[in-house]
Amino acid sequence: MTATLSKVDRGRAPEARPRPPRRYLLSNVDAKVSPYLFVAPFFVLFGAIGLFPLLYTAYVSLFDWEVGADDPAFIGLENYRTLFEDDQFWNALFNTFSIFLLSSVPQIIVAVVIAALLNANLRARTGWRMGVLLPYVASLVALTIIFGNLFGPQYGLVNDVLGLIGIDPIDWQASTFGSHVAIASMVNWRWTGYNALIILAAMQAIPRDVYEAALVDGASPLRRFFSITLPMLKPTLIFVIVTSTIGGLQIFTEPKLFEPSGGSGGGSEHQYQTVVLYLYQSAFQGLDLGYASAIAWVLFLVVIGVAVLNFFLTRRAVR
Amino acid sequence: MRHRWISVLICAAVSAAATTACGSGGASQSADGKTELTIATFNEFGYEELFKEYEAAHPDVKITQRKTGQGQPHHQNLFTKLGAGSGLADIEGVEEGYLSQVMSKSGQFNDLKEIGPKIEDNRWLQWKTDAITSKDGKLIGYGTDIGPLAMCYRKDLFAQAGLPSDPEGVKALFATWDSYFAAGDQFVAKVPGVAWFDSAAQVYNAMHNQLATGYYDESDKLVVDTNADIKKDWNAVTAAVGKGQSARLSAFSPEWNTGFKLGKFATKTCPSWMLGVVETQAGPENKGKWAVTDAFPNGGGNWGGSYLTVPKQSKNAKKAAELAAWLTAPEQQIKAFKAKGTFPSQVKALDAPELLEQTNAYFGDVKAGALFSTQAKKIKAAQYKGPADGQIQETVFSPALQSVEQGKNSEEAWKAAVEGAQKAAK
Repeated sequence: MTATLSKVDRGRAPEARPRPPRRYLLSNVDAKVSPYLFVAPFFVLFGAIGLFPLLYTAYVSLFDWEVGADDPAFIGLENYRTLFEDDQFWNALFNTFSIFLLSSVPQIIVAVVIAALLNANLRARTGWRMGVLLPYVASLVALTIIFGNLFGPQYGLVNDVLGLIGIDPIDWQASTFGSHVAIASMVNWRWTGYNALIILAAMQAIPRDVYEAALVDGASPLRRFFSITLPMLKPTLIFVIVTSTIGGLQIFTEPKLFEPSGGSGGGSEHQYQTVVLYLYQSAFQGLDLGYASAIAWVLFLVVIGVAVLNFFLTRRAVR
Repeated sequence: MRHRWISVLICAAVSAAATTACGSGGASQSADGKTELTIATFNEFGYEELFKEYEAAHPDVKITQRKTGQGQPHHQNLFTKLGAGSGLADIEGVEEGYLSQVMSKSGQFNDLKEIGPKIEDNRWLQWKTDAITSKDGKLIGYGTDIGPLAMCYRKDLFAQAGLPSDPEGVKALFATWDSYFAAGDQFVAKVPGVAWFDSAAQVYNAMHNQLATGYYDESDKLVVDTNADIKKDWNAVTAAVGKGQSARLSAFSPEWNTGFKLGKFATKTCPSWMLGVVETQAGPENKGKWAVTDAFPNGGGNWGGSYLTVPKQSKNAKKAAELAAWLTAPEQQIKAFKAKGTFPSQVKALDAPELLEQTNAYFGDVKAGALFSTQAKKIKAAQYKGPADGQIQETVFSPALQSVEQGKNSEEAWKAAVEGAQKAAK
């Protein structure tokens, strides 16, 4: 727009505006300050339990800071240098990504399929829709303990079933890939239904007339799904992918409780020790807060990096 | 229990943010002029009735107990608040497994010889007191209970293997570690599908604690790679694993419990408190099959037991020390033993009739109290524990032995364990 709007003359020149009388002062303050007060609770809380710990963690990560130490020594970026040379950290990062991919990728594909099924004309529709949310309602800890039993290397149900169809028992604790599959299955069990419901809500918001027009043009159901449903789901898929990225890279409870002896090593040779588990072990078993803080910050940057990458990839992939 | 970790994490974050820590701060005078003493314990110390007794005798004292279900969150809380500098109870329980970490911070605890009441000589077994005496001679805790080691075994399986099965006859098998592993070879050859012990780490830890020098020497130098005894024990245990003597069940896991039910191993290193665990896990269907004998390879040993400490944070340190001294006197500890079965560390309590007459029905009415009393007196000395000792045992050697059970080569696992220990000690 190139037209310039002329100022509406309200009958008083701005410079001639007199100071408001004193009795308006309070209502003036009210109008200027109150909005900030109303939004303040969020920012104060965020500052206290979000931003401050974040920055303080960065500060702590520059010290050789052991719990209980009287006078932590400033060592600059030494913790980060040690971290990048630490095989256990790279192993933890690999495990985290492996478990993340094994959980998030199948999870989102299955969630879209389930959402499409739930969007069809089903008998007892609400019942089905509530049903997929049930795993999410169950306590994560209970779930993990039950899955830990199912995936028991010697007396677990999964190995018994595999034995029935002639597959040798897998040591879910000892094998790297096996343990990742076991942990990913816990994540999938819990989150697939939840994501399906979010995607379902987005599906229902797609205008019917687009489908009707496609139907008139003779588009097959599959064509309608790929050319209408998926593109229209784009914003929701981005949301689901970004949140599952953040959650997936911070995975802790499942691998922690999967360890039968209750330790934080993530298996006898760290087969399934994730980054957060390593952080926890460094901070609360090694009592090395500086190092743990450095891990936290590197993980933070990795999560941001992956989330941004996912954002752009999804934006591109789903036209 | 998991919620507790979360709250510990939150506490850590919050106490980092502000200097105030979670929980109430050091206790002080309450409104009615009474001195309020807080005592933080975990599991069951069996002190509930004793507190009432003490309050009745000392009208000016009010005792508040902070009880945590499990040892791990209790000690995490302890170390976090030691770091924060406030928030601890006046009396803090400390378990033997965390002793090395506590001793490395001994400066933050009161010397009870200095602030505590006069205590008769030799109240405790010597090794119990030695373990909580710092290098500069400060006594930072009073012993409560101990976990003397004996051997539990399956009578029926021993008979099946053609081994002696009466408590006297098996003693020869449990004379030394060599005779123990030799009997294991004989056992696994005769009884297919059943192992000799539950897991390598359980046996190895008991062997290791009998060594004169452990992972550290007295000058806090890590000697894992130079102490030949450690490697010798390692070789003995991993060789036994190679011959199928291990059931490969890590202790306290759900599969370990199943192993007890199904009778998948024939012996168990058995501290006094383990009898209850065996009874619960093996269940009534296995009653009469388990037995315990007052023998342990190469002498005796200890697993578990606690101390009461008074952190320097406490504002009522003197009165707290008085209470702790009273609680850990033999008369009181016998009452705790009767209440919750905590096995006393006090010399006099070990000869108390209440203890000597205690029997265990699940283990064939064996005189368990007298048996473990005998075992407690066999323990020679406390091994010196360096700063990261507990961590090396829990997070390095036990997992490394598990990796051998999972099929890793013993030499490679040893190398990984030595590297892990050096990293943990840094």
